[in-house]
Amino acid sequence: MNLHALLDFGPLQQNFGTVLKAFWGTIRLALLSGIGSLILGTVLAAMRVSPTPVLRGAGALYIYVFRNTPLTLVLLFCSLGLSDTLHLQISHDPSTNGFWLATIGMTIYTASFVCESLRAGINTVPLGQAEAARSIGLTFTQSLRLVVLPQAFRTVIAPLGSVFIAMIKNTTVALAAGYFEASAEMKQMFDTYGGTIPIFLGFAIGFMVLTLPTGFFFGWLSKRLAVAR
Amino acid sequence: MTDTGKAAQEADVSGGGPLVVLENVNKYFGELHVLKDIDLTIHRGEVVVVIGPSGGGKSTLCRTINRLEPIDDGTIRIDGHLLPEDGKELAQLRADVGMVFQSFNLFAHKTILQNVTLGPTKVKKTPAAEAEKYAMELLERVGIASQAEKYPAQLSGGQQQRAAIARALAMRPKVMLFDEPTSALDPEMIKEVLDVMTNLAAEGMTMVVVTHEMGFARASANKVVFMADGQIVEENTPEEFFTNAQSDRAKDFLSKILTH
Repeated sequence: MNLHALLDFGPLQQNFGTVLKAFWGTIRLALLSGIGSLILGTVLAAMRVSPTPVLRGAGALYIYVFRNTPLTLVLLFCSLGLSDTLHLQISHDPSTNGFWLATIGMTIYTASFVCESLRAGINTVPLGQAEAARSIGLTFTQSLRLVVLPQAFRTVIAPLGSVFIAMIKNTTVALAAGYFEASAEMKQMFDTYGGTIPIFLGFAIGFMVLTLPTGFFFGWLSKRLAVAR
Repeated sequence: MTDTGKAAQEADVSGGGPLVVLENVNKYFGELHVLKDIDLTIHRGEVVVVIGPSGGGKSTLCRTINRLEPIDDGTIRIDGHLLPEDGKELAQLRADVGMVFQSFNLFAHKTILQNVTLGPTKVKKTPAAEAEKYAMELLERVGIASQAEKYPAQLSGGQQQRAAIARALAMRPKVMLFDEPTSALDPEMIKEVLDVMTNLAAEGMTMVVVTHEMGFARASANKVVFMADGQIVEENTPEEFFTNAQSDRAKDFLSKILTH
């Protein structure tokens, strides 16, 4: 057995700056997609519980399509379909363009999971809360925004944490949209130095540094904001 | 309530025009015919108590008045206006109709004070300071001003229900609906809620109260409506109803609840 292959962290040390930069790319993508999917997911959830059949149908169709399409396909569509075929150029810089395409793809895909978590949360809010909101004269949108969603969010913080952890790990396919993040850097290092375990471990730990605190944070938030009934 | 107070109130009632008018209202839950040709007029300042056996349609009737339950047939007018189907007009109309629920339904994520100010600030666009001032007055009136900063789950059932009454009153409603307001309360808490309701009645608030509290009906009601099997079987003054019920159904009901 070649111990050297297990213990040589040299390539990681030599390229530490580049690796950090690649992870920063992951963080940027995850943060923006996280915020984007939270907003889009909330809008979708509101559509799915709205009294208007057209909105409900459109919301359901969106979920059926994007929750059941592999992320790689969504991202490929963003780069090939939106960028190359339809010439939707967000920036002339290919790297910036790739970043935005990846963000759009990740947001569209993750929003469907955020929506479904949130809808489960809405179902845990007692019907009486919405009835009371309506009875004091709040409109449907107001009662959703001021009464139902704030309580729904509090109950699904922990499952939303899982959605976001999955999303952080999903950024590793962003290369499909032409965006260079941590896993792309890893592949490049494999090409340069060969597929060594230390490089693999380094990146695995790098992702845990991002995902573990995310999980702890959402767990903490969930306890802190729990609604007593 | 004193006799003179009641007399004054009755004089008031005869002077007040119709506020809530239900005509020929029908409602079905699937096959089940839950409201059958309901005609009911509630005058300004009147306290109408709806009693009757469970499943008789009392709560449903109460909930149709602010359209928490849509009706299948007939008309409901509030202050001369037909109840709108939905949208903004319906929301505005609901603001004029206060509702108190059996299970309180206070907003669990908001403090008692926020529960009371939410409607005025968001629906009527009352400035926050003004809304808070009036909310504190109302909480004072129902006797829970000291609990204003607490969350609903920290209060007893009776306190929660009084907060819910304050929340409804904050909208300065024309009529208050009470859907079995004391049915989920421990016996010792029933009185504190009924006291608040009795005071409201004495102040001339128009009220529709679905309840099993016969004492409240006798003391505060101007009119008792007896419902069974989705129909209004009998409509009478409390004195007449409790001492000299006309229908067999009402006599049977009263014999079961008044003698034990």
